[in-house]
Amino acid sequence: MSLDKDQVQHIAMLARLRLKDSEFGETVEKLSRIVDFVDQLSQADTDKVVPMAHPLHASQRLRPDQVTEPNDRDHVQENAPSVADGLYLVPKVIE
Amino acid sequence: MGKGLHAQTLTQLAAGLRRGDFSSVELTEALLARIEAHGPALNAFVTVTSEQALKTAELADQARAAGDAGLLNGLPIVHKDIFCTRGVLTTCGSRMLENFVSPYDATVVERLAAAGAVVLGKTNMDEFAMGSSNETSYFGPVRNPWGLDYSPGGSSGGSAAAVAARLVPAATGTDTGGSIRQPAALTGTVGLKPTYGRVSRYGMIAFASSLDQAGVITRSSEDAALLLGAMAGFDERDSTSIDHPVADYVAALQGSLKGLRVGIVRQHFDEGLDAQCGVAVKEALAALESEGAILTEVDMPNLDLSVPTYYVVAPAECSSNLSRFDGVRFGHRAEAPEDLLDLYCRSRGEGFGAEVKRRIMTGTYVLSAGYYDAYYLKAQQVRHLIADDFHKAFADVDVIAGPTSPTPAFRLGDKIDDPITMYLNDIYTIGANLAGLPGLSTPCGFVDGLPVGLHLVAPHWGEESLLRCAHHYEQLTNWHEACPEDFR
Repeated sequence: MSLDKDQVQHIAMLARLRLKDSEFGETVEKLSRIVDFVDQLSQADTDKVVPMAHPLHASQRLRPDQVTEPNDRDHVQENAPSVADGLYLVPKVIE
Repeated sequence: MGKGLHAQTLTQLAAGLRRGDFSSVELTEALLARIEAHGPALNAFVTVTSEQALKTAELADQARAAGDAGLLNGLPIVHKDIFCTRGVLTTCGSRMLENFVSPYDATVVERLAAAGAVVLGKTNMDEFAMGSSNETSYFGPVRNPWGLDYSPGGSSGGSAAAVAARLVPAATGTDTGGSIRQPAALTGTVGLKPTYGRVSRYGMIAFASSLDQAGVITRSSEDAALLLGAMAGFDERDSTSIDHPVADYVAALQGSLKGLRVGIVRQHFDEGLDAQCGVAVKEALAALESEGAILTEVDMPNLDLSVPTYYVVAPAECSSNLSRFDGVRFGHRAEAPEDLLDLYCRSRGEGFGAEVKRRIMTGTYVLSAGYYDAYYLKAQQVRHLIADDFHKAFADVDVIAGPTSPTPAFRLGDKIDDPITMYLNDIYTIGANLAGLPGLSTPCGFVDGLPVGLHLVAPHWGEESLLRCAHHYEQLTNWHEACPEDFR
C-alpha cells in the first residue's frame, strides 16, 4: 500500500470530506492503487519540457471592467439551504 | 410517411416537419409516449420535461406557420443532466445536487433553444461525469438497449442509451476523457467531441476545466453536423471559449475520401484490444482504404502514458472545481452541524458518492505540499509530450483512426470494483482530451451482438474532416442504422 490510513485521513481533511469508518478500508486500498498507477509518470523523461498550461496554448482573455450582470440574489438564493435577509446562514464561527 | 417517427434521424425529421407531414406537437407526443414506455427500463432519464416540451413544440409549430422557423425548429433533443437548465432540476447525477433547480441556462441550452429545438428531458449520467459505466450515478445505472444487463458506457450513458433506443434522435453530452465517444461506441451511436474551446462550457457543471468539452450523440454524422452547427461558436461567458469561425458542418459532409491520409497507431491494436473488436475496426479501415484513403502507420511514443497523465490532471482540476460544493450556497447540507468545519465535511461526505470522493482525494493528494512537482507538474509536462506526438503525427496524416474502446459493452457490476480497469476503458480516447483535439466515434460492426466503435481524431478545428470521413463511411456500411431488437 502506498498510502496508509493516517495519510488518507489527512487528505480527506484537506479536501473537507468526512468519511465514515466503514468507508476507510476501501478508500485506502483504492487510492493506493490509483497512486501506484499514476506513479508510472516518474519514468518519463521530461527534462526541459514545459508543462502544458492550455491545450491550444491560448492565453487568458481579459474583459473590460464593467458591470454586466444584474443583482439576481433572491433568485439565486432559492437554492440555498438556509438564508435570512439575503444572507447565507452557517453555524456560529465566533464565540 | 414511411418509417415511424421514432426511427427517423434528426435530418429526416427536419424534412418531414418542413413538408408538413407531421407537426412538432405530434412528434413530441409520439416520443414522450415512447420515453414513458421504455424510459424506466433503461433508467436513461433523471427528469422528463413533458409539459415544457409540448409548450415549446406548440410555439415551434406556430413559428413555422408564420414562416419563422429556426435551424432546429420543432426537433426533439435531450440534455445530459450536467447542463444547467433554468427552472428545471439539474442534478449532475449526484445526491449533492438532488434538489438543485438552476437559476440560469447553459449557453448550449440557450443556443439550441434559440434554434427551435424541443427539449424532452435531462439524461442520467455518472456522478459529476466521473465514470465510464454510468454506475456512479446517484440515480442508479443506465442500462444498455443492446442488452439490459450491460452498461451503456459513461459518463454520457443516459444520452447514448436514449438515442440508441430511439427515444430521441439526438442528445447533448460532455467528454472529459471519452464520456461522449465511449458510450457512443458501446451503444452503436455516433458521438462527437469537438475541439477544446469550440463549444461553450458556460453552465456546464465543471469536472476538469482544461479537458471538458460539450458535444453530441446522434444516430448519424449528418445529424451530429447539424447539431454542432447550432451549438458551436465563441461565448464571452466562457473564459476558455476560442473565437474561431464556425464552419458549415453539413456542407462539409460532401466530398470523397480520395487521398485522405489516415494514420494508424500501432499501440491501439496491441494486446489491450479485444481481438474481435480489432477485426471490426480493421475492416472499417479497409473500407476507408477502398474508397481511396491512404493508410499510414504513425508513431506516438508517449501515448502509453496518457491514462496516468489524465488521472493526475483530471482529479487535480476536479478537486479544485468541486470545492464550490460547501453546503452553504446550494446543494446538499448535512443535518445539525456542530460547527462550520463539520458542516463542510459532512455535507461533502454525504453529498458525494465513492468515486467522486476518490477523485477529489486523488486531486488533493497530487496538489498537496511536497507532491505537486512529482505528480501535477510532471503530468502537465508529459501532457505536453503527448500533445506533441499528435502534432507530429498530423504533419503526415489528416485523421488518426482506431478503436474507440478496448472492449464492447461490459456487464453492469463487472468493472465497478476496480478503478484502474474502469479507467483503462478510455485508453484510446483520453489522448484527444489531453491535446484538446476533436474526436468522433461511429459504429463499425458488432461482437456477439454488441456494437463496436471506430474512433477518428483530427487536428484542432478539424471537425469537418472527421464528419466527412465518418459520414462517407456510414454510407458504405449502414452499421449506424442497426437498431436493438426490443426498441424497433
